[in-house]
Formats: sequence, structure tokens, C-alpha cells
Amino acid sequence: MSNLLERWVPKVVLAPTFVAVLIFVYGFIGWTAWISLTKSKIMPRYEIDGFDQYTKLFATPRWDTAMNNLYLFGGLFIVISMVLGLMLAIFLDQKIRTEGVIRTIYLYPMALSMIVTGTAWKWILNPQHGIEAMVQGWGFAGFRFDWLVNPDMAIYTIVLAGVWQSSGFVMALFLAGLRSVDGEIIKAAQVDGIPNWRIYTAIIIPSMAPIFLSAFIVLSHLAIKSFDLVVALTGGGPGYATDLPATYMYAMAFSRGNLGQAASSAMIMMAVVFAIVVPYLYSELRAKHD
Amino acid sequence: MTDATYVSPLAGQRSTSARFGRIALRAGLYAMLILFALWYLMPLFVMITTSLKSLDEIRTGSLVALPREITFEPWRIAWSQACTGTQCEGLKPFMWNSVIIAIPGVLISTLIGALNGYVFAQWRFRGANMIFALLLFGCFIPFQVVLLPMAKMLGILHLAGTIPGLILVHTIYGLGFTTLFFRNYYVTIPQELVRAAKIDGAAFFRIFWSIFLPLSLPIIVVSVIWQFTQIWNDFLFGVSFSGPGTQPVTVALNNIVNSTTGVKAYNVDMASAIIAALPTLFVYVVAGKYFIRGLTAGSVKG
Amino acid sequence: MAPILDIKHLRKSYGPVDILKDINVSIEPGDFLVLVGPSGCGKSTLLNCIAGLEPITGGQLQIAGQDMTHVSPKDRNIAMVFQSYALYPTMTVAKNITFGMKVRGVDQANQQAKLKEVAELLQIDHLLNRKPGQLSGGQRQRVAMGRALVREPALFLFDEPLSNLDAKLRVEMRTEIKKLHQTLNASIVYVTHDQIEAMTLATKIVVMKGGVIQQIGTPAEIYNQPANLFVADFMGSPAMNLIPAKVARDGGSHRIEITRPGEAPLVLSDPRPLDLPGDVIMGLRPEDIAEAGFRAGAQVQQASCMVDMVEPAGADTYVVSSLGGRQVTARLHAETSARAGQPLDLAFDLAKVSYFAPQTGERLN
Repeated sequence: MSNLLERWVPKVVLAPTFVAVLIFVYGFIGWTAWISLTKSKIMPRYEIDGFDQYTKLFATPRWDTAMNNLYLFGGLFIVISMVLGLMLAIFLDQKIRTEGVIRTIYLYPMALSMIVTGTAWKWILNPQHGIEAMVQGWGFAGFRFDWLVNPDMAIYTIVLAGVWQSSGFVMALFLAGLRSVDGEIIKAAQVDGIPNWRIYTAIIIPSMAPIFLSAFIVLSHLAIKSFDLVVALTGGGPGYATDLPATYMYAMAFSRGNLGQAASSAMIMMAVVFAIVVPYLYSELRAKHD
Repeated sequence: MTDATYVSPLAGQRSTSARFGRIALRAGLYAMLILFALWYLMPLFVMITTSLKSLDEIRTGSLVALPREITFEPWRIAWSQACTGTQCEGLKPFMWNSVIIAIPGVLISTLIGALNGYVFAQWRFRGANMIFALLLFGCFIPFQVVLLPMAKMLGILHLAGTIPGLILVHTIYGLGFTTLFFRNYYVTIPQELVRAAKIDGAAFFRIFWSIFLPLSLPIIVVSVIWQFTQIWNDFLFGVSFSGPGTQPVTVALNNIVNSTTGVKAYNVDMASAIIAALPTLFVYVVAGKYFIRGLTAGSVKG
Repeated sequence: MAPILDIKHLRKSYGPVDILKDINVSIEPGDFLVLVGPSGCGKSTLLNCIAGLEPITGGQLQIAGQDMTHVSPKDRNIAMVFQSYALYPTMTVAKNITFGMKVRGVDQANQQAKLKEVAELLQIDHLLNRKPGQLSGGQRQRVAMGRALVREPALFLFDEPLSNLDAKLRVEMRTEIKKLHQTLNASIVYVTHDQIEAMTLATKIVVMKGGVIQQIGTPAEIYNQPANLFVADFMGSPAMNLIPAKVARDGGSHRIEITRPGEAPLVLSDPRPLDLPGDVIMGLRPEDIAEAGFRAGAQVQQASCMVDMVEPAGADTYVVSSLGGRQVTARLHAETSARAGQPLDLAFDLAKVSYFAPQTGERLN
């Protein structure tokens, strides 16, 4: 009979986590989804009212700006980080003597809080004392670099700081990928007299498809969740020029007291994340089963 | 990946004809690498130098210039005097908040994650895969979607604005990753080990304690570092669920930098930013290998 | 004497998939039972069921006269040696061996005495303070056996214990396991996919395929009278020749006709009192086909065959000829004058022939 008892132990061990996940992840998503269908303002109300909140959300110019910013920021952030990361990984793969040191330097921003990153770049990009002032001080009096306070350009400062923080990590992912390629295939290609750059473009990089995918997933996930960076760097400004869905949601929830809008914007964010992540996770879990 | 013993098979290829071209290429390569290294280092350099300058020197000097006269006054102010909103006690109390949030948050989620991973890897039962998938999806949700109900829940539990509340939040949302780390680590240990131990008469906890835990040091380090970095660097939960006096250091830093009262003390801002970053930077420098392993393990899921 | 292991109508399924179907086996004390079959045949699952590591779906299982069907592994009075040895990596050799005793609460003095005894028997006394990572494959194997031996169980279970060793060491350890079996007079169930291991070690062999027992018997029975085509083909190396043939009654005996490419059919005659159908598969081991003049016996019949290939293998030379549409191998002495492309007189020992039904694969004689 002790045999039977033993079979229960693993389930009992897992039970608290299972319950916690059910409540704190899925239950909470359900709650947010529910609220997004009500007229909740500063206090939650539970009478279902339909999709009004979503209609209102999509009609809000500020949300429009936030979504556009997400596409612009997300797109640039992902593409630049990947290109830069891959480039640096290939550079570092050339038997560089000081590889360890260089890698450490490239990757350290990942250890920083986005608030720290934002604070640092905010100072560097500050037109009065930062890069603009520095270059003007060198004698280029007409030099302008006011992205941080220019509503049309401010979003690019977020891209800049985001890439600075994350590209080293992408480099590390790609470097690991480059080095996991079967050495015999590369030797075979070398024996066949295929030039190095062709070996990269024709053999190594195509075989790293899964790494591209996971880098993409991680970066898009970071992009959609980014909140800290915007708060620290631009505060969403000038005006609402650098608002992202995450900051919009936060503003609705905690300063505007509009729970319905906060909930519906959070649901849209989750929809965007899941549209990207679910197919990936599904294929991952399936592959593991086979 | 950080064990740099492996050498790229493409490295050291010799082209007999173009020796000069090869040298030029290598030089260009190194120049690029150094250029990027400077780009990554520049903000840290600017932060440090700015934090050591007086405000006068900041106004008159160049961004990248070394301080003419080194002053530690901004550091002292950042640590014990800078204003975060109405309170002017510097970062010190908030550093301590972050510490007492992070330590239990790290330990509890690592311990539970280890047991969970042990079950998922070695004691699978019908439905375990389903639970694992649910947990994995949980890693990916944007936290905005749980922000409102969590605030309400903390209120119900009388934990709103408290340190235990933040510990709870960080523990729960860290479980997905810690479980994933341990599960992926334990999955590489042959199942025969558990079988042998069962025949030897050991049961679930005995096997975990005597056989698996002694094997787990590397992954414990990965999990601890990951969780510590996540909790220390968190801003969203901190700003949403803390109250006056319980804010973590990231929130306090943001308040110092964005406080609109008085003269902007850039040197104090920079000193504060460095102080807030020091613990995670320290971890990165002493245990970078495990830090990177956590990052890659956390991203290459499943 | 009561059987040490008695399995009745054992079934095992994962959901709708049957892994083991109606398994019935029993062994006497001192028996060395080998479960052999290709990978995926269910032999390891059966062993795990005996150990209690896998719950069984139906049937009954007794060890040393006690019903163990639902008893947990630790209470089955068994010990097991695993394919990967499953040594606890962070414990020393001594701790590995004594861990089970420690868990069971055996006192220190007793633990040490048993440890010493087993370490001497297996000649691993000098390794006791090392960790598994510092041992060679053969040494790990010994430690794994030591861990099993200290338990003095009613039944030893071995799960492909030699498959991770190199060829030379495998032969050495095989001899050692056999010696150990004889000294201790232990009862053993041993899983392997290697039919030579099965032949050399077993007192009793169970051949499995697709979760079904194909044949149970002594090594000689399995080798000489395979129950069906699968067993005939699986056991023995090189494999038994399986030659399609036509059979006709010829008075009291059978006239057996085997087609050959570009030649008149080969005709043999089996005088034994059998009842064979018109089409059969004739099974003949390579060593039962010799060069004419080198094999004597009442049923030896000679015929000239075209040699397609000659493969010297040191002690023997294998000669391949095409019979009945198959490549038939004969095992000749090393000094044979056979040449590829030339005819050679071969002697077929009909007394050794097995006949199988082509459709069912079952043995006919």
C-alpha cells in the first residue's frame, strides 16, 4: 500500500504550484478579460457590458500612437538587435584572442535594470549637456541631436537604448549557435574548397534557424513588455509621443482610474504576445513529444 | 558557451596568396570589435565620470571628459540624502527593501522550482506534461494582464503595499522559470538513477535530498542568479504594488531622477544609478558564466 | 522446489498500446534466465515490471512464493544492475554500495562487513573512496554489481549490463558474471539484445518480439529447434539459412527441391517420418553445410553448388552460394579450396534441418 502512497507524493508536491498558476496566471487573465467587458472605472464592476471598452480603446488616439510605437519600436528593436547580434557573433567566432573580455563587455548591459539603462541614456541624450552639447563644444555649433525632446524622433532613443541593452545577449545566443554546428560538416565544406563566407551563408546560418526563432521570441517578448525603459528614458513623452501599450495600460490603471481601459489594453497586449508565442511553444512542445 | 576552450573550425584558415589582405582583414575585424566594445562601455564610463564631477564642472565640461577634480559628494548624497518624492533619505533604505524582497523571493522560488523540476523530469505522471505546458505559458504572459487582479488580491490578503506582498508576487511569477531550469537540468540525468534508488529502498524526498540535490549546484547557481537579477531589476511590480517606504531600489532611483523639485543634480542621478546597478553588476562579473547560462536557458525553452 | 519467479498472464499497456501480451514465465532457484529480443520487443519493460518499477496492467507475479504484483520495488527482495550502471554520482563507491543498507537502517558494523566482503569478491577494495566519475567502464560495472550483491536478494535483475562496454571488456565481464552465478548459485533474470550473451550465460532463454514470447527453452533447444522463423533468424551468427523449397512425397521420404539461378534445381531427400506441406522454408545453420568429405552422418547429402563469394574469417571460411533465391552461407574449414565463380561439392546435414511454414512462420518438425 505504501506503493500507492508513493505515487501520490509527486502530485502533492506539484499541487501548490499548480494551484498558484491556475489562480495567479489563468484566473487573473480571466478576471482581466471579464473586467475588460464591463464599464469599470476606478472600482471594478462585474456587469458584462460587451465590447465597448475595446471599441473605445481603438478609437483613442493615444492608444493608436501606442500601438504604432510598438510596431515601430518592436520592429526596429528586433531587427537591429538580431543583425547586430549575429554580426558580432560572427566577428567573435574568428578565433579572437581576447574573446572572453570582449564578450563580457558586450553582455554586461543585460545585467542592468532598464531603469538604470534609461537613466544613463537620458543623460547622454540630454541636448543641454549630452552628446549635442559635446559635439557643439568641439566646434560644430550647428550640430543638433535632440531626439529625446523631439516628438518625431523620441521613439528612436528607446530603440537605441533597447538595442544597447539587448544586442549583447542576442550575440551570446548566436555565438552558442555558431559553435553548436557540427564540425564535420564544416570540415567537409572546407575540403570541398568552399570559401569561409559561403560556409557561413550556406551552411551555418541556415542551420541556426531555431536560434533565430528563439532570439525573435525573446526580443518580441521584451519589446511588448517594455515599460521600465520608456518610463525611465522619456516618461512616455514628449506628450504621448513614446507611449507604448504597457505605459498606456499603467496610466489607465493607476493614474487615470480607468480599469476597463486598463484591462482591455492588457488583453490586447496579451493577444499580441500569444499570437507570437503560442505557435512557437506549440511546435516546441510537440517536437519534444516525438 | 563561456567555456572558451572550443575553437571555431573556421578560425585560423590560411590563404596562401593574400597574406597582406588577411592581415588587413584581421585589423579591420579587431577595429570593429573594439569600436563596439567602446559603444557598450560608453554609458558606463559617462555614468562613472559624471558621478565624480561637481555640478559646475558638468555644466561647463564635456560629456566624455574625465573629471578635473574628483568628488565623492554625489555618492554620499545619493546614498543617504537624495530625495525620492517627499522623503529625502537617499537610496539606502530602498536598497535594503530590495534586499529583503529579493532574498526570500529567490530562495523560495528556487526551492519550489527544484522540487517541481524534479517531479517534471523524473516522476512524470499522467497530466504532468499538461501542467508543465500551463506553467510555461505563464512565463510568457505580459505582466500587465495580471496587474489589476493582483492589486485586488493583495488587498484581500492585506498585503497591499507591503514587502511580503512583493515577495509573494516575485515568488509566484518566478516559479515558471525556476521550474524550467531545474526540469531541463534534471531531464539530462538518467531515469535509472531514480530506479536504482527505489530498489535501494529510498523514496521521493530521500532520493531528492541524497542524490539530486548534491548534483544540482550549477543549476542552483543559475536559478539564484536569474531570480536575483529579475527581482532586483524589476520595476513594474515594484511601482505597482509597493507603498511609501516599501519601494524597491529601482522605483526609488526613478523617483530621484524624475523628481522635479530643485536643481537637477545629474551627478547624484548617475551615482544613484550606479549604486542601484552594483549588486547585479557584481553578480555578473563574478558569476557571468552562470548568468549567461540562465539567460540562454530561459530563452531556449522546452 | 517452489519457483523463485512465477509470472502468470502478465499484461502491460500504455493507454491503448499493448507492450506486453500474456506473459507466462517461471524459473527455479539458481536459474539464469535471459530475456532476449530486438529493441522494442518489451524485454526491458518486462524486467521493470518484475522489479516493480512499472505497474502492470493485468496478471500476477510471484517472487520466492510471495505475491508481489502490487508491492513496491524496495519490498520485492530483488536487486538490479542497470545499463548505465546508475551509480550515484556524488557518492563514493563505498557509499554507493552501502546506500541501500543505510536507507534500510542496517547498523554500521554490519554495513562495513558486507561492504568488505563484496568488495573483495569483486576486487574493488582499492576503489572504495573514489567517485564513479573517476572509474573506468569495467570498474563501474563491478561497483554496480557490488551494490546489487550486498542486498543478498532472492532474485537479481540485470538490464543490458554489458552494452556500454567495449568488445573485449564485454567478453571478460560476461565470463565474470557467469562465474559469479556459479559461485553464488544466484537466481538471475538478465535482459540483453545480444544473442551470443544469451547463449553463453543462460540456463533458460526467453525470446521475445512485439511484446509476445516467441519461445522459452534452454540455449540448445532455442538454437537447434527454433520455434519459428523469427527465433531461427534472430539466434545465431551468422544467421540460420532460411531457404524456400518445394516438397514432394517420395515413398516414405520427402523429396526437397530448391531452385537455383541458371542451373538445375538442387534436390535433397529427407527420409525422416514427417508430414510436410508442398511449400516450406528450410532452415539450416551454416555449420550444417560443410565441404564434401568433411562431414559424416546418416543424413549427410552432397551436391555441387556454384560459389558466389568466399569470406575467410580466420578459424573458418564462409562460402556463399545462391539457393532458392537466397544467399546461403556455409561454414567451411579454413583451408578450403573454394573459389568464387567455381562449383564446389557441399555436404548438407539433413538431420539438422528445421522446417517452417512459409505463411505462419511456425516450425513444422
